[in-house]
Amino acid sequence: MAIAKVMGIETEYGISSPGNPEFNPVLASSILINSYAGALRRIRWDYEQESPLRDARGFEPVQEREPSDEDLGLANVILPNGARYYVDHAHPEYSTPECAAPRDLVIHDKAGERILEASVELAREVLPPGERINIYKNNTDGKGNSYGTHENYLVDRATPFARIVRDLMPFFVTRQVFTGAGKVGAEGPRGQDDPPAYQLSQRADFFEAEVGLETTLKRPIINTRDEPHADPEKYRRLHVIIGDANMSEVATYLKLGTTAIVLKMIEDEFLPDLSIDTPVAALHAISRDPSLKATVTMAGGRTITALDLQWEYLDHAKTYVKEHDATPTNADVLGRWESTLTALEEDPMTLAKQLDWVAKRKLLQAYIDRDGIAWDDHKLALVGLQYHDVRRDKGLYHKLVASGKMERLVTEAEVQAAVNGPPEDTRAYFRGECIRRFPEAITAASWDSIIFDTGADALQRVPMREPLRGTREHVESLFEEAPDAGRLVELLRT
Amino acid sequence: MPEQERKKVQKKSGGGGEADAGQATASTKGEKLKEEMDDILDEIDEVLEENAEEFIKSYVQKGGE
Repeated sequence: MAIAKVMGIETEYGISSPGNPEFNPVLASSILINSYAGALRRIRWDYEQESPLRDARGFEPVQEREPSDEDLGLANVILPNGARYYVDHAHPEYSTPECAAPRDLVIHDKAGERILEASVELAREVLPPGERINIYKNNTDGKGNSYGTHENYLVDRATPFARIVRDLMPFFVTRQVFTGAGKVGAEGPRGQDDPPAYQLSQRADFFEAEVGLETTLKRPIINTRDEPHADPEKYRRLHVIIGDANMSEVATYLKLGTTAIVLKMIEDEFLPDLSIDTPVAALHAISRDPSLKATVTMAGGRTITALDLQWEYLDHAKTYVKEHDATPTNADVLGRWESTLTALEEDPMTLAKQLDWVAKRKLLQAYIDRDGIAWDDHKLALVGLQYHDVRRDKGLYHKLVASGKMERLVTEAEVQAAVNGPPEDTRAYFRGECIRRFPEAITAASWDSIIFDTGADALQRVPMREPLRGTREHVESLFEEAPDAGRLVELLRT
Repeated sequence: MPEQERKKVQKKSGGGGEADAGQATASTKGEKLKEEMDDILDEIDEVLEENAEEFIKSYVQKGGE
């Protein structure tokens, strides 16, 4: 029986300081985060349980962990909404708290954008006059450098990894028809090889392998990092690196909702073999054809479009949900999935209010028509980049929202609540509430632990190895009874 | 099932005898859409970063992940 799909998104944001030749992105990222975090800076990240080099296929870690960025003095904070906000390489990274439903994660993903936006504003106070930091929620600088947006899904450890690979690969190759964030031109090794004017995905150009552990070179469609941040006997955390950063709430919702259902079908061995030949080449071909006519070859020799392969997944999902998992959330996801595929088939441009790649394409086409410029004009590259600016008064996605040209799925009040508070139905609730109530008594925290200094002789480590424990329902009464962290730890022991 | 869906879609866009009326509506609709887009482009022009070429050239990121 498939397990609940607890999920989260990590986003590495693009960072720049226009007009500043001395710009140091590592330092700027740190300034940004520290400006926002204030007093929470003193709580450190607990690396005890982390092992990013462990491989889902069973290989052992091959080397000791490098000194962490935090060891080097870089910002790394846990927020009262249960999120982690830190410097990763040369980018600010925001990892949402764990959510139990796709719509909740849309809210928390958007809350992350608002936190970056607020950070930009707060950082101005410490930057020299005239200097500014710009932040982009995208995945490429247009010059061959990519940074990631990683989804994470809780998966049953008992499910063979080979089955995940077989059934997820064709889905990941084709879901870009609705998850793509759109990109002008092409990059990477094949960038100049008959480059398209425009493609569906920001990320497709950067993928060169089917399965593997790497995330920065030879990127694989299925990433094998095996670092569950939960009970490793029971769970995997599927670390998905192929997704684009979405501005559109509908695209984020579809990306999460459909992937969660597909993973449940995999856990229940519900799907037939839908394997395709040469998935990496198929990924590139589909991304480079916004007409959606490109075909891929299935294992039996049949050729099929990305849309038709998505229809096959949807048909299985409908039967699966009806027989095994009939919830209002799933019904809503299936409805969206179906209406999206139907519209993509009829005329993709009718989804300009829903999907990033379509919205961006429509905007670019409007500039081409009005200004009589060509696809390689710098202005179009700028429009393509500024679409992702997190500032609501400057970002072009936000301009479309403000003029009613993008559909929203969640309310701004829900987003603001998620800037400050955790989801209530995962362990993120416990983490966030502890940070909010007892920041002075916490020395370190991570996804699956909190370390308290309650004044006792030893530090007290509270493990949180079950992602669905520590919910509001479980622990609210403990918080009500505990005036301080010492009492809370005592109550947790009984 | 995908087959059925496709047929439904084709039927919708077929439409036979209504072709003329359809075209007239489409062209009015097209003009309205263009006006709408021109309005939003005017708004965007006001916030678009200056000197596109220089701005895009200087946007260089280190890899991440």
